[in-house]
Amino acid sequence: MLASPLLAFQDVWKTYGRGEAKVHALAGVDLAIGKGEFVAIMGPSGSGKSTAMNIIGCLDTPTAGSYRFQGVDAGRLDRNRRAVLRNLYVGFVFQGYNLLARTTAAENVELPLIYRGVPARERRERAMAALADVGLAGREHHTPSELSGGQQQRVAIARAIVTRPSLLVADEPTGNLDTARSHEIMELLTGLNSELGLTVVMVTHEADIATYAQRTIRFLDGHVASDTSNLEMA
Amino acid sequence: MIWETVRLALRSVRRNVLRSFLTLLGIVIGVAAVIAMITIGSGTTEKVKTDISKLGSNLLVVRAARPDRSGSTSFTARQLDDKDVAGLAKGLDDAKAVSAAAQKTVRVVYGAENVAADVTGTDTEYFTARDWGVAEGRLFTESEVRSGTNVCVIGETVRQQFFGAGDPDGQSIRVNRMSCKVIGVLQTKGFSGFGQDQDNTVIMPLAAYQRRIAGDRDIDTIYVAARDGVATARVQENIETIMRETRRIAPDGEDNFSVRDMTQIADAMASATTTMTGMLGAVAGVSLLVGGIGIMNIMLVSVTERTREIGIRLAIGAHEKHILIQFLVEATVLSLFGGLIGIAFGLGLAAAASYSLSIPFAPSLAVVLLAVGFSALIGMVFGFFPALRGARLDPIDALRHE
Repeated sequence: MLASPLLAFQDVWKTYGRGEAKVHALAGVDLAIGKGEFVAIMGPSGSGKSTAMNIIGCLDTPTAGSYRFQGVDAGRLDRNRRAVLRNLYVGFVFQGYNLLARTTAAENVELPLIYRGVPARERRERAMAALADVGLAGREHHTPSELSGGQQQRVAIARAIVTRPSLLVADEPTGNLDTARSHEIMELLTGLNSELGLTVVMVTHEADIATYAQRTIRFLDGHVASDTSNLEMA
Repeated sequence: MIWETVRLALRSVRRNVLRSFLTLLGIVIGVAAVIAMITIGSGTTEKVKTDISKLGSNLLVVRAARPDRSGSTSFTARQLDDKDVAGLAKGLDDAKAVSAAAQKTVRVVYGAENVAADVTGTDTEYFTARDWGVAEGRLFTESEVRSGTNVCVIGETVRQQFFGAGDPDGQSIRVNRMSCKVIGVLQTKGFSGFGQDQDNTVIMPLAAYQRRIAGDRDIDTIYVAARDGVATARVQENIETIMRETRRIAPDGEDNFSVRDMTQIADAMASATTTMTGMLGAVAGVSLLVGGIGIMNIMLVSVTERTREIGIRLAIGAHEKHILIQFLVEATVLSLFGGLIGIAFGLGLAAAASYSLSIPFAPSLAVVLLAVGFSALIGMVFGFFPALRGARLDPIDALRHE
């Protein structure tokens, strides 16, 4: 167990429905992820990995048990406090990119800074820098429809890191990309992890994508089925 | 932040120009109607006031009236008659003129042309009391009034209709089967406060009118012009005393006639137009309400369409209030646009109306500002529920929304 984990699950339960229809998406999960780790979460659908992801990203709260993130009991916060937490510490990358349509790359990247109240000029500068970091310098004023899938995902990554978060949550970030593009995105994420010390938690169902991570956690039926270090295996 | 939100709202309005415009239409029509109504209404009131002040503030009007204005309708007012006129003419020292008049709208025919005109039977004093004279020809004389000769003076509108550029003097026109010789054309007076053409008129001796047109001896109105420098209130009092004597009303009996000066009549007419304006304004207000519901409807559609966008915004750290404000501002901007277009429309309508009815164009800054504020308010009120719905979305569900 790590000395000072970035986030920790302690006997976390997540239950949907009631009575006979009760389903335990998570059934007593214990888990800790340290600062600077690159973790892949795998498991079949219905295994609870998405639920775990949502809790890790402070989008959802456990039904029982505690979820600590950044030293606070994030599982007990109301939705607006969790919004602040996400804005300050979490960056999201989704399978479907989730960029705002008809909005330029730069504006998309600026978005989290707007909710932080960063002044326009600084916002612009930081967005440009983040886009440069993901290799999209010169494409700042393109809208998503003018960019390829790989480029769109880079914009999404720029949006996720522009706030300099401590955690990047990636939900199947390569799910919509071909192999070559997938590996480019994974190189980018690995680079951010090693250079910026950014903690990355990534859900994937592709084994070769998971090998980019240092650690793989497998979910099955709401439990952690295995938790292995890829470094030891190598 | 707010500027950012307004920019976002403008962009969203621009993206759906046609839809935005159709949504606005309700507000546009509502605001345009309110602005037009109020502007035309206050123009009319102004016109009534200036008209009546032109008539002269020294003019008093005596009419037959029921003793109690709110009383039973079974009581018919006792008509004015010759004795009332004679009594006033003899008893009033402060009067410049006392004139008896009866009036009716009658079809007037000349050759193949015919027109419905206001036909007045009166005496020579009428022209003094109303400060009116002829532009061409002459007025009828005392002896013509006494004998009830078939002569008449006509207004400019009637002259235009019948004679065009020709000379009407000495021509015979037919007024309700009575043939009548035109002896003069009146000075033009234009439209009255209610848009009535005062030049669409034929004036003849009272006796001729009573005998050949009305068929009775009734007098509708007695005009009394107070001598210059005499307070109308005192004249009014004297008229009341003389009338009560002439009509033999017991000391405790109520007046069966009314005496009013022109300012009182002006106020009465102005308050009537104000009531009308208010009622029409209320009707227009209903269309504003309908416009507001239109805004609510389209904002609900917009929130549903943009569920995913809301999900993204929530995920990256937007508060509920950010989303709420975003959609509220959008609804407000939308409805404010409608308000501005409506104001432009309404003022244009009022300007056109004032031109064609020849009343003054009286736009009021206060009303315009009120309309702006009100349309913004409508946006906020009707945008609130959809915005709240958007703000309350669960980010996980919203992100999953297709």
